[in-house]
Amino acid sequence: MYAYDEIDRTLVNERVAEFRDQVKRRLSGELTEDEFKMLRLQNGVYLQLHAYMFRVAIPYGTLSSQQLRRLAHVARRYDRGYGHFTTRQNIQFNWIKLAELPDALADLADVGIHAMQTSGNNTRNVTSDQWAGVAPGEIEDPRIWAEILRQYTTLHPEFSFLPRKFKFAITASANDRAAIKIHDIGLRLHKNAEGETGFEVLVGGGLGRTPFLAKTIRPFVHGSDLLSYVEAIMRVYNQYGRRDNIYKARIKILVHELGIEKFAHEVEEEWQQMREGALKLDDDVVEDIRSRFFYPAYEKLPHMPDELRKAAHDPQFEAWRKNSVSPHKVQGYAIATISLKPVGGPPGDATAEQMDALADLADKYSFGEIRVGHEQNLALPHVAKRDLPALWKALDKAGLATPNVNLVSDIIACPGLDYCSLANARSIPIAQELTRRFANLDTANLIGRLHINISGCINACGHHHVGHIGILGVEKNGEEVYQITIGGRADENAALGALIGPAVPYAEVADVVEDIVEAYLALRERPEELFIDTVKRLGVEPFRERVYATR
Amino acid sequence: MTSPLEQKKIKIAGPSVVTANRTWDGAVIYRTAAKDWSTDLSDAAIVRANDEARALLAESVADDLGAIGAYIAPVDVKDDGRIEPGNLRELIRRSGVTIGPPAIGLPVQA
Repeated sequence: MYAYDEIDRTLVNERVAEFRDQVKRRLSGELTEDEFKMLRLQNGVYLQLHAYMFRVAIPYGTLSSQQLRRLAHVARRYDRGYGHFTTRQNIQFNWIKLAELPDALADLADVGIHAMQTSGNNTRNVTSDQWAGVAPGEIEDPRIWAEILRQYTTLHPEFSFLPRKFKFAITASANDRAAIKIHDIGLRLHKNAEGETGFEVLVGGGLGRTPFLAKTIRPFVHGSDLLSYVEAIMRVYNQYGRRDNIYKARIKILVHELGIEKFAHEVEEEWQQMREGALKLDDDVVEDIRSRFFYPAYEKLPHMPDELRKAAHDPQFEAWRKNSVSPHKVQGYAIATISLKPVGGPPGDATAEQMDALADLADKYSFGEIRVGHEQNLALPHVAKRDLPALWKALDKAGLATPNVNLVSDIIACPGLDYCSLANARSIPIAQELTRRFANLDTANLIGRLHINISGCINACGHHHVGHIGILGVEKNGEEVYQITIGGRADENAALGALIGPAVPYAEVADVVEDIVEAYLALRERPEELFIDTVKRLGVEPFRERVYATR
Repeated sequence: MTSPLEQKKIKIAGPSVVTANRTWDGAVIYRTAAKDWSTDLSDAAIVRANDEARALLAESVADDLGAIGAYIAPVDVKDDGRIEPGNLRELIRRSGVTIGPPAIGLPVQA
């Protein structure tokens, strides 16, 4: 956990007071909606179909049990008893009242949570690997750098009115769990040939109506140069990024239109003028941030405790352990992923009761810490292996032990037309139906790792372009129809999926997905060949043939 | 932000209403013939011509205080006079989400 200092606390509290005044002026009529809209957006407040939606940041996906309990409180006190974890380590509340928002923000500020810059044309929540600090083989904890970026970008006057929103993601592992290639700036911590630690900087990734994977602009930037280099990129974007067309305003369009070489040249020129200036990061500053991250006092524990050996005889526990428990950097400990994808449930939703239950379990089994992943699942990052059987039983009691992590029913989905004012089609009911179709765990295990991503409009909040199977809802002649892509992925080998054919009606989507999965099972060379690898080997054609032969 | 009054190209294909969200709590509301807002679609003023629609929208947003995001939405007026939403989006706004409350994972243990 990171411990905020007095500056952070003052900043957050002042922001609450400022927004309280803005809301008061809006409700009294002193501010028009046109005047107020940008102010509310910069505090994470959207207007959706049914009500205001309130998006709260969970920087780099790290939460304390106290903070999770407070989110449960907000869900219960100000909303309808649940929240929705998003694909960018935020949580959204769907039914918040504008008049009560300042109180909700104040309650959150008490525990160091805020909603600053969770919307608007500024730098958004800096995201990272949900296993940061505990993943084996990690170069170093990427959250230290994410926190530096968070402090640097928060309320930065030069970057508060960018041409469009701007998203950072950072990873320090060989396996990219932060989806850095679909971010405006992706950062990968690694070591260069001299053994020094620094960043590969990628730029211009993003999904939406014009998807691009980020390109490497500089293979290695020292940590001391990170802020100056990032600022150089953002200055070039701020200067040349289009403001006349919202659909062409993201940095990915600028990078694409200029070409990465020309863009890199512009950045280099900017950087050379400023790299030795005030943004040079002293080791002392980095160490100060590092010192504010607290790590548990791990015990010396055996690799295979008796409790785990005994529990291995329970097939239900084993089913959960196999897909939910991952190796930890410290012997005797594990990372437990908590699926928020129950059969028939909206992906990423958690009730206030579940949040409270998980906060209690985090206190009991994970040193009071919870993580949020972009896959819309949660994790307990520091579980002693001996405690896994007891944890599983408690999770199961709270309805949080669905053993489907990384399986076909572990679906990423945006809120879609059930909530979102931008959506053209529903996402959640499609996901719900698919979880029912693939509810049989034996079948799901037979299929193996398969990621389905669903978006209810071209804005792609469900990251459909990078789903192994991507589903995009669009509206045609008043009907919901869905375009299906296959072959996308969001990891270190990120790729954009390819369309398999004409869009299909709402009622046929689950059938089509079943057809695709059946085709895969028939086509794979061996059981270990994952869906994504079969698609890579064979291309779209055999799947297209299977889906459209009878349609 | 484009003001609704700038939506000069408004062309309605059938009976329509003006809908918005209430400022203080975001609730879905409909403009009534009495120049007020109601949360009940059956209270909505129905317009059937482009000029009428533009006029109702203009009147609705004259006061910026009570409602935000006003726009014209299609409705279906049934033979018995009932007013139903004219498309899925409006049906969801009127009736709520098409999904149940958050499902709790079913415990596998007895």
